[in-house]
Amino acid sequence: MTNLTYLIPVALSLGALGLGGFLWALKSGQYEDLDGAAERILIDLEDKSER
Amino acid sequence: MSCCAPGAEMALDLASTTSVLPSSQEIRLASRSLGGDLHQTDLSVPTVHCATCIQAIETALGKLDHVEGARVNLSTKRVAVRWRGNEVPPFVAALGRLGYEAHLFEPEVGDKDKTLSELIRAVAVAGFAAGNIMLLSVSVWSGAEGATRDLFHWVSALIAIPALAFAGGIFFRSAWNALRHGRMNMDVPIAVGVSLAYAMSLYETINHGDHAYFDASVSLLFFLLIGRTLDHVMRERARTAVKGLSQLAARGAMVLRGDGARDYLPVGEIEPGMQMLIAAGERIPVDGKIIQGASDLDCSLVSGESTPRNVAPGETVQAGVLNLTGSLTIEATAAAKESFLAQMVRLMEAAEGGRAHYRRIADRVSALYAPVVHLTAFATFLGWMAATGDWHRAITIAIAVLIITCPCALGLAVPIVQVVAARRLFENGIMVKDGSAMERLATIDTTVFDKTGTLTLGQPRLVNAGSIDPAMLAIAADMAAHSRHPFSKAIAGFAAPSGQHKFDAVTEHPGFGIEATNAGSAWRLGRRGWAGWKARTGGEGKHGYGGTVLTKDGFIVATFDFEDALRADARTAIGQLNDAGVLVEMLSGDTAGACGEVAKMLGVDDFVPCLLPSGKVERIETMAKDGHKVLMVGDGLNDTPALNAAHVSIAPATAADIGRNAADFVFLRESLLAVPLALDVSRKAGHLIRQNIAIAIIYNAVAVPIAILGHVTPLIAAIAMSASSLLVIGNALRLQTSMPNSPAKEVRRNRQSDFNELARSS
Repeated sequence: MTNLTYLIPVALSLGALGLGGFLWALKSGQYEDLDGAAERILIDLEDKSER
Repeated sequence: MSCCAPGAEMALDLASTTSVLPSSQEIRLASRSLGGDLHQTDLSVPTVHCATCIQAIETALGKLDHVEGARVNLSTKRVAVRWRGNEVPPFVAALGRLGYEAHLFEPEVGDKDKTLSELIRAVAVAGFAAGNIMLLSVSVWSGAEGATRDLFHWVSALIAIPALAFAGGIFFRSAWNALRHGRMNMDVPIAVGVSLAYAMSLYETINHGDHAYFDASVSLLFFLLIGRTLDHVMRERARTAVKGLSQLAARGAMVLRGDGARDYLPVGEIEPGMQMLIAAGERIPVDGKIIQGASDLDCSLVSGESTPRNVAPGETVQAGVLNLTGSLTIEATAAAKESFLAQMVRLMEAAEGGRAHYRRIADRVSALYAPVVHLTAFATFLGWMAATGDWHRAITIAIAVLIITCPCALGLAVPIVQVVAARRLFENGIMVKDGSAMERLATIDTTVFDKTGTLTLGQPRLVNAGSIDPAMLAIAADMAAHSRHPFSKAIAGFAAPSGQHKFDAVTEHPGFGIEATNAGSAWRLGRRGWAGWKARTGGEGKHGYGGTVLTKDGFIVATFDFEDALRADARTAIGQLNDAGVLVEMLSGDTAGACGEVAKMLGVDDFVPCLLPSGKVERIETMAKDGHKVLMVGDGLNDTPALNAAHVSIAPATAADIGRNAADFVFLRESLLAVPLALDVSRKAGHLIRQNIAIAIIYNAVAVPIAILGHVTPLIAAIAMSASSLLVIGNALRLQTSMPNSPAKEVRRNRQSDFNELARSS
């Protein structure tokens, strides 16, 4: 029983961390262009620095 | 990356396309300020589709002067360009050089789909809460006792509060809205069930009871929100795809002031009496009278006439027609709000369609369902009170009845089928505006087609190419390449592959034709009376379109016959509709002769020619009064009121903006087979929806007696609800497999070609 007093808050805060992370990602526009993100990985970095 | 280099074919299309690049004034109008002298312009670039495209566009635009940066959004096929200064950088031209056609996109200022992000946030919160509560509940089910169980219940109650307040708010608001207007929708029983389950569980927790339904109330929200979000995403996707099509209405015009100054004014600020300069390739923004210049006008979107109209000073023109060949000076006779376009909007608003009274299946079912469920729960309460006199027990069991009947399966039954169906249609290039459109389409028994632009492409096709001397045809084709006139474009398609003729000079005489000189002889391609000035008259009027001829020094050397090209698969599509038991009729603003020909070729028995826009509406309303459910398929401005008056409507992607907005479905490909396909999928979807509702009702018939007898525990409720939801989802997915064509790869390629087609057609 005493274990629960810290285990439950730990479990919940981990979950909340994930939820917070998702909401942050959503707000900062990470999901705006999913197709583009998939393709952009193919662009070479060297070419980009030139820009 | 061969897929990506927009090769020769694209370049050719660009060269021959009728759309002119938006002028820099037009771009300025469509830009929004980001503070200071920084501006952002949103462009729709339908042909962008891979990493190379992204890189090419971003690099090329980034190199332009005054451009701060460009960002491609591949999902929405859009480019956002940020730029500084007063001069608009030539980014549209830069994109054109790369082979990407771009058109301006109406920026939605600050309205970045709030509903979707709210829904997704709600799903995330509900998912978090449901997962954690379910974990705690499993411990309770597996035998947690006494203080531990109470602790778990209390923690669950705490987690459930934000979920109910935030995620549940969507349902509570919708339910309250419905009740306030005296209606009943599916959200009412959901809201009642969820909040009662929470209240009862809280009471149980306070009194150290064994059973709490926190898990049921939150996971119910979670499931339902998933369905709702999918539904929204699907509609949103269709909406953005339709919005991404090029805008066909003029945004403004170059106004010639009395003192000779020229100003580019937005359409709304043009007043009667102002003089406007309309270049070839531009659309006329408001109704007016021509004071100078001659040209050919393409009225197909406005009146349904397939033949370009020849105009001279003194004639009146309607807003929305496309100026094809020469530049015109026009005096505005009406402001935008009194122009033809605005009249169409008024007619459209006046034509109250059947859809205004249409109630969606889900709403109709829930109108029956909710009272029955609530009465059953109440009767259970009364029954247990009478039998035992224990009010706590009676209330607990009555609420268990409400929880078990909470329409989880029913709430998913309709949207999930419509999402799957909309996806199938999307893969085939058909956009669905909302779910009720499919329900309405499934019920139709009559289809009304517009002619020009719908059954036909509205583009003339040369029919006698075979009987023309190939050498003459090649010369004509080379001359025709210098003009935008639809007839010229049809002839230009026959250019000889072996290089171009060299003419000394080529001039276009708007309204007449093209003149070229070569080695001392004058060639003319155009109207018979003008080109063949030495020929004896008499043959005039014999040929369908007034007669188009090629002449050398005034003597006719070739004549050209045109007909309006039929849309691909139009005949098959009409055959399929007939097979599906749907009556087909054609309504057109074109002449009886032109209509009769098309009707004969397509096997359409009924047609009404020479209709005004209001005439089309009247015809549809008459049919509706006779008890017919009418599907209207049309593309023109003149069809728009009819599109709105019909029970359900479909428009091709090439339709006028307002028509596309009024239609329930928009198809992107050229083939008219989209119409029978949409009908077929909608009918199958309607069938599956009925099955799903039946499944939900059977589930209730089994579960409710168990609940009434008081045998339902939270564990049983959780299993029963999940099982019924899975069953309904599984049944909906059968729609995906029931028509075994278009595997995934094919789909991707098709989608690509859709956008290419769009780029070409616009």
